[in-house]
Amino acid sequence: MRITQGTFSFLPDLTDAEITAQIQYALDNKWPCSVEFTDDPHPRNVYWDMWGLPMFDLADAAGVLAEVNACRKAKPEHYIRLNAYNANYGKQTVALSFIVQRPSDEPGFRLDRQDAHDRTIHYTLHPYAADAPPGRRYNGQQ
Amino acid sequence: MSESPTRIGFGMSSPGRNPAGQGASEETPEEEQTLPPDAKVSLRKEREATGIDEVFESLDADLVGLTPVKTRIREIAALLLVDRARSRFGLSTSRPNLHMSFTGSPGTGKTTVALRMADMLHRLGYLRRGHLVSVTRDDLVGQYVGHTAPKTKEVLKRAMGGVLFIDEAYYLYRADNERDYGQESIEILLQVMENHREDLVVILAGYKDRMDSFFASNPGMSSRIAHHIDFPDYTLDELDDIGKLLLKAEGYTLTAEAKKTFRDYLEHRQAQPRFANARSVRNAIERARLRHASRMMTTDESVGRDELTTLKPEDFLGSRVFTEANGETSNSASG
Repeated sequence: MRITQGTFSFLPDLTDAEITAQIQYALDNKWPCSVEFTDDPHPRNVYWDMWGLPMFDLADAAGVLAEVNACRKAKPEHYIRLNAYNANYGKQTVALSFIVQRPSDEPGFRLDRQDAHDRTIHYTLHPYAADAPPGRRYNGQQ
Repeated sequence: MSESPTRIGFGMSSPGRNPAGQGASEETPEEEQTLPPDAKVSLRKEREATGIDEVFESLDADLVGLTPVKTRIREIAALLLVDRARSRFGLSTSRPNLHMSFTGSPGTGKTTVALRMADMLHRLGYLRRGHLVSVTRDDLVGQYVGHTAPKTKEVLKRAMGGVLFIDEAYYLYRADNERDYGQESIEILLQVMENHREDLVVILAGYKDRMDSFFASNPGMSSRIAHHIDFPDYTLDELDDIGKLLLKAEGYTLTAEAKKTFRDYLEHRQAQPRFANARSVRNAIERARLRHASRMMTTDESVGRDELTTLKPEDFLGSRVFTEANGETSNSASG
């Protein structure tokens, strides 16, 4: 099941040229970019691992793309996303966040039902990948 | 709530920084049609389209002398223009290597030319952004193990799309300390200079003799730099012209006698140690302004526009340069 999180997630995967154009848009707006990765793509998991520090004071997208590619090389079977942070007062939030890499095989989520009191049912989502310990999910690769 | 919504929330944009995003957003990297083999291209039109002549004009107007430097800049511009024309015919053009080293005495305009170079390469489409990131050893080399590589990489990322100007680059390599972290920085630089040639241009600058020994101990660096440009010392006439330009920019004029005194001053100063070319000229003018100002303060008469803008010989004659020069001649005469 294809995971849809962040901007552009209902589009086909972006090419590197399209990613570069998006990064350049962020940099032109003076939004510093950062790269994050995870192997736990649950929608409520907002704490992805940082790939290096956020990159400040960049002018050109090539530097950010180099970090994205370094992360892809080190984590070939992880989700990788790119965040652009808008630091303007009144905003101070992530302005753009999109996935730039996903694992080759995405098994998706299982729906768990839990019986509670008075015949009520609690529903929760459980990623199949999360059955394996962190680092060994998605084709058992680091 | 007086805060404007565009204020930045934490200290990441320093005042005076060139807003990089503005200029480049207009450029559209549209793919042009390949021309048929018998078509003709007007190089003059290409030149006008890039606006490169403006850069040359301001180069000629603002920078006195430096003929070999200007010649080399024109050659590079010509190569890039011809490459553009060639690519329109679908001819393959390998991307030229434009890493440079600027060597020369202090105050010969290395930093100024680097700034112009970034602008020119941007206009010619070689660089995507055309900004200049000026760094020294401090910005590249870390203080402990494992600190250097991230630091150097961060600077390189900032410079991408523009020019990385490394001032006094010979400090990166310290021959006397083999465990110095500078070597690590040089290795990363070399790697990026080779692999990211389309992303940035590296310019190393420094004094001639020390740069020569730096290149002698780092042959890999020397061979990756295509253009070794030497900045000659200014002649007396050129220094005089620089002085005139500076005075004009500051809104001062010289009396006829002061012109002669100023030239005498430059002649003496040139012969003395620690002469820093254009920088010394600027300093001389700064000090003449000081003397001029104190001369103005001591007069009781009211002063007009002419008095406020005219420098007299005594503003220069108060300089240590003249007393030292006179002392030397009298010493040599007596000895």
